[in-house]
Amino acid sequence: MAESIGIVGYGVDVPRYRIKASEIARVWGEEENRIVNGLGLSEKSVPALDQDAATLAVEAARRAVRHSGINPQLINSIFVGSESHPYAVKPTATIVAEAINAAPVLFAADHEFACKGGTAGIINSYALLKSGEIEYGLGIGTDTSQGSPGDALEYSAGAGAGAFIVGKKDVIAEIKGIYAYTTDTPDFWRREHAIYPSHGGRFTGAPGYFKHVQSGAKGIMEKMGTRPSDYAYAVFHQPNGKFPRTVAKQLGFTPEQIAPGLITPLIGNTYSAASMIGLAATLDAAKPGDKILVTSFGSGAGSDAFHIEVTDKILDKRNPLPVLEVIKHKIYIDYGTYAKHRKKLIM
Amino acid sequence: MKPGLPLLWRKTKERYNLVGTKCETCGTYYMPERKICAKCRRKGKIIPYAFSGRGKIFTYTVIRVAPEDYEFFVPYVLAIIELEEGVRITGQVVDVDPESVRVGQPVEMVFRKIHEDNPEGLITYGFKFRPVA
Repeated sequence: MAESIGIVGYGVDVPRYRIKASEIARVWGEEENRIVNGLGLSEKSVPALDQDAATLAVEAARRAVRHSGINPQLINSIFVGSESHPYAVKPTATIVAEAINAAPVLFAADHEFACKGGTAGIINSYALLKSGEIEYGLGIGTDTSQGSPGDALEYSAGAGAGAFIVGKKDVIAEIKGIYAYTTDTPDFWRREHAIYPSHGGRFTGAPGYFKHVQSGAKGIMEKMGTRPSDYAYAVFHQPNGKFPRTVAKQLGFTPEQIAPGLITPLIGNTYSAASMIGLAATLDAAKPGDKILVTSFGSGAGSDAFHIEVTDKILDKRNPLPVLEVIKHKIYIDYGTYAKHRKKLIM
Repeated sequence: MKPGLPLLWRKTKERYNLVGTKCETCGTYYMPERKICAKCRRKGKIIPYAFSGRGKIFTYTVIRVAPEDYEFFVPYVLAIIELEEGVRITGQVVDVDPESVRVGQPVEMVFRKIHEDNPEGLITYGFKFRPVA
């Protein structure tokens, strides 16, 4: 019998602070309805002054370790994907490794691939598991990204982290297949030392998000010999509330299939964490035998796609801290406080 | 004022994971760590101990005039936390309206930034506390 490799535990963290799209629209003289309807979201998460991509990654990883029930010393690889790593040089993965007591015998590295560095980390750990080099691996997507003031991205750029431990024992959701699609597409970027990203406006849509997510999803379905109707759920990268709904429809998935994993409308775009938090919320709702299709997207551009099948083990190992529980605690702030939190003020 | 790198590095386990010590002879917990048990002296056997991070507010104060580098945080809550093992330590309480804090309130450890030297300097991470939701 082929070895089963898959998810043995997961955790997410999302800051409690929120700003409403209407508050941002008020400052920039925009019409609230145009923003809310255009982006499909009405508020976003904002990190506290003492939260960054590393602290969110640590909290998500600790929750994943707790959920998995494993000894963290058995985690032999940690890959942290982010486009907002706190240091340009000094890994976030070492901070996480020490904070979850997985150090020192492990492979550790940081990834950056816009919004898909986190799923790239799961694929790296999956490969190390398949080659027999590790017992457990950890892939994390975490971000506290920024949109420049007044830009469309400012309404959606949220903060959060998702962490997945993969292994071969007590697997709650088996990763049966992976597929990736990558091209050199200049849809969105941030240069060294630049605070805010630049993007191609409408160019981020068709040749960026839609081409890669569609190709990733179609590629994994062709590889696995499946159709959209074979899946109980699908999770797509969600830079806003609109794109994942549109791509799901284009691919032939129903609104019900993407509903549990559509979290961006509630907390904003968590970049590297977005598809991972979506997968976590989907697993919270899934039952044994369910097939889940996951397709991430990172600008620049590429998509990682996964075919996942939920096992009987999920019944004994429900996550004690579901995504909807994590995100229900909110503290609303105004634009001035938000500007302070995001260090938009020049002192 | 600024602690040196070796000192920060030596205390990483303490700051990240609330690692103190416990005397196996008499069962007394210490945070920060002690090399010798204050009760058992030479008969004590000290081992590292990771505290659970759960506890309650023993007492607190609201900081309204902050020291350098903490100006953005005011007003913020600094508390003495009694951990469930009985040890009392000082820590910031975050994600909370200072007016709602009360003695005896249950709290849990969270991982946060403790200090940033400057935009080019070191970021120090470690434990803070948050009311249990």
